[in-house]
Amino acid sequence: MIAAACSLLDASVEDDREFELGDYEGAIARWCPGCGDHSVLSAVQRLLKQEQLEPEKTVFVSGIGCSSRFPHYMKTYGFHGLHGRALPVATGVKLHRPDLHVFVVMGDGDCASIGAGHWLHAMRYNVDMVALMLDNNIYGMTKMQTSPTTPQGFSTNTQPRGSYLPALNPIEVMLGITNVSFVAQTAEWAPAHLFATLEAAHRHKGFAFVRILQRCPIYTPKIFMGAVRDPGLIELLVHEDGIDVPELRKLYRTATVHDPKDMDSARRLAEPGERIRLGIFFRDGTRQCYGDVRNVPHHTVEEKLALLEEEFARHVI
Amino acid sequence: MASAAQTRTSKRAQTPPSASAPRILRPAQHTVEVVSDSGEGAQKCGQIFGTVSARMGNGVWTVDIIPAEIQPPPRNAAGASGIRIRIGSGPVTNWGDETDLVVAFNEQALAGRHRLNAIAEGATILIEDMWAAHDDERIREEYATTMKELESGGYHVIGVPMERECLEVVDNARKGKNMFALGMLACIYGRDLDRIRDEIAYQFRKKTQEVRESNVALLERGHAWAAANLDFRVEVAPAPTDVPMVVMNGNQAIALGAVASGMELAAMYPITPATSVSHYLGEMFERFGGIVHQAEDEIAAVGVATGASYAGRVAFTITSGPGLALKTEFLGLAVMTETPLVLVDVQRGGPSTGLPTKVEQSDLLAAIFGQPGDAPHIVLAPATIEECFHAMVTARRIAEALRTVVMVLSDANLATGVQPFPKPGLRAEWMGRAPDLSPVPEGLRPYDWDPQTGLSRRIVPGQPGGMFTATGLAHDEGSKVAYRSDINQHGSSMRSRKIAVFQQTLKPPVVNGDESGDMLIVGWGSTKGAIEEAVERARDEGLSVSSLHLRFLSPLEPGLLDIFGRFRKVMTVEINYSDEPGDPYITEENRRRGQLAWLLRAQTLVDVDCWTRVLGEPLRPGAILRAIKQKMHAEGGGS
Repeated sequence: MIAAACSLLDASVEDDREFELGDYEGAIARWCPGCGDHSVLSAVQRLLKQEQLEPEKTVFVSGIGCSSRFPHYMKTYGFHGLHGRALPVATGVKLHRPDLHVFVVMGDGDCASIGAGHWLHAMRYNVDMVALMLDNNIYGMTKMQTSPTTPQGFSTNTQPRGSYLPALNPIEVMLGITNVSFVAQTAEWAPAHLFATLEAAHRHKGFAFVRILQRCPIYTPKIFMGAVRDPGLIELLVHEDGIDVPELRKLYRTATVHDPKDMDSARRLAEPGERIRLGIFFRDGTRQCYGDVRNVPHHTVEEKLALLEEEFARHVI
Repeated sequence: MASAAQTRTSKRAQTPPSASAPRILRPAQHTVEVVSDSGEGAQKCGQIFGTVSARMGNGVWTVDIIPAEIQPPPRNAAGASGIRIRIGSGPVTNWGDETDLVVAFNEQALAGRHRLNAIAEGATILIEDMWAAHDDERIREEYATTMKELESGGYHVIGVPMERECLEVVDNARKGKNMFALGMLACIYGRDLDRIRDEIAYQFRKKTQEVRESNVALLERGHAWAAANLDFRVEVAPAPTDVPMVVMNGNQAIALGAVASGMELAAMYPITPATSVSHYLGEMFERFGGIVHQAEDEIAAVGVATGASYAGRVAFTITSGPGLALKTEFLGLAVMTETPLVLVDVQRGGPSTGLPTKVEQSDLLAAIFGQPGDAPHIVLAPATIEECFHAMVTARRIAEALRTVVMVLSDANLATGVQPFPKPGLRAEWMGRAPDLSPVPEGLRPYDWDPQTGLSRRIVPGQPGGMFTATGLAHDEGSKVAYRSDINQHGSSMRSRKIAVFQQTLKPPVVNGDESGDMLIVGWGSTKGAIEEAVERARDEGLSVSSLHLRFLSPLEPGLLDIFGRFRKVMTVEINYSDEPGDPYITEENRRRGQLAWLLRAQTLVDVDCWTRVLGEPLRPGAILRAIKQKMHAEGGGS
């Protein structure tokens, strides 16, 4: 095990390399034109440049789905694994290699349906990583099936008369988990807000969950169209300890002051309202991190051999 | 062992009067069982007896008899909990056939064993005598009825006032009978009380001093009672050995092997009978540096192990059949991304929940072929507790060298069985090296397959210049998603080729017995000792039988076709289900065969027969011997 501090902020850059945007750009993205994933990719690359994260010490782990192609389009290490199972892989990476910066990219079906069990426990473990849920309210790659976050009544190929159930609210779910440490919501069509949220998530010590509302131009173009066209349908959660981007206030005039330490207020604000709320719902950087609890002393091979000899002595006849 | 003081099986066992000059039996080996209700500590008693017997130089093999529940209803034949300990003058390789001496805490547990034909005719039974005169009339009747049933065994039954004796030392006799029984066994078999006291101190190290002291007092009381009241002793001469020996069970050996292999992360989810590996490992890792990660489910466990392996030293996961089923998708991913990964499957009875605490070998084909898509990997099976240790070291090395999944198939028999073996001479190179984080040479791609061998050099996160995305999608040498049809063909052949290359490095297995003959028995896993004992007995009777035990099941060891060709008949012996040739509707075409038999037939085109049983217990050598004779008779072969 390679010992390193849990906090990403403590990871020191030991060389004098200056990373440009191009240093983080991988393969040409093959998402549809107009797909919200493009703007998330761009914001993430800008964040890495700003934070000057070493590409070789950064790992993007994803599941399966449109957004899970994300790691291929980065020029960092990546692990594009199984549908719903990005979080266990990322947990293994971070547990074994605390020196790495770990980002997880999941879709709404990936995270909140097939991977829901891992999702809840990942928040409780509170492993130090950033988890992005790119939520377009639909299964896109498999061609338009109802996802857990599809609005009730929205017609899909599996539920043509309209999705039967009330949509699952990921923010409410996360706020209900023991040991929750960071929950935020942003939208890909508000790049400044998206960037500020990603920055806060990255700088948070613990499991930072960010739901990114995202348009699918093919299957759900209308779901977020109202909010894209009418900034009045957006409500910013602002606070000096949260996100407060002055230039956004010009566009989004509805702002509510919310202290991210206030869980009661966070839970109230997470309930569906007239407007879509963007901002940090909850943040507590003092919550127990699994990596800290499970931090184990490192021993050399010689030390381990000596300990093993002692252990065998207990079994000697 | 009958004496004037003992009666042949009678309705009421009698306590014999004090014996003055005990008769001494000197068998080459002897089998003892301790049976009780669950929670009365019979296994602890037997484990200490077995461990101390090993320390005194006897060959030992123990098998736990465990009901699936933690505390099933008391005085219940189906809920019998206990342990069998077979000790010998020479090495003991299996649990034997029938028990020679039983200590029973109640007659129902005893009857449970009797009905399974586990007790030898004429065996000595030491039974708690409180039930015969119990206040509850129903219990008195049950006792009388059951003891009547047991008369068919012709046992020598000796009543022992365990309850009364234990109450002299502790308030709750239920918590003390096991140590009293241990004292009796110590007296009968001449075990060194000091060694037992030391072992009690170790086994109960997490309990209070008071508990340890009362256990020793109970031990001494049992010893004194037996010395005063039993007129026989059993002396099983120790087998002298000049190499240092250790004694442990298979799950402990796997845990020690994992540490010796240099692996530092085990991810698991609780499942019987695999979990105790993680108990021991968790304790060791706290001191040695390492993590046992208890995941939220079986899938997450293999996922965490896969992620950890991808990013650093090889990690492993531990499970049993139902968990193996859940992990299959990740196993395919590890094969596809060529992420080294070790999986331990401590097999139990199946399908489904099956027999959670009992031995079976029915995961073989699922282990090899269970991953949808073509996912070539390594499957190996330790045959002894000693091999459980070495299997882990081997598994880690192969996983790393081949960048693939290595599965280690143990089973419930090895998991809880205790056996002495020579202490391994530990080596630093077994631990391997931490991942090399130096810059990746210019131009090296993440899957630069050698076209001849399929082998490639692993790149891990942290290496400058090596950035790539591992993917479960079909990909080329650069891990780029395959959009050309020939890429998947090539990748598949490369992942398969390295398994063949590995197979070429294996030595042909060694035949136990003559190199040719009428019949070759082929086995794998924990059945080795029972098969070889059966074969030896068959050879003593003049039959031309040899045996072969496979450690590698995927790929199969080389030279099998050549070996099989030297025998008139080849038959596997396994603990999994197969149809009997004479069963209704069963034909040569539809007969479902033992899993190794199926594999061998497919791979060699030899008409391999099988004899298998799924009785929820290890195979008995006597039963294998009968099967050998029957098959040889049916074939008209042999003498």
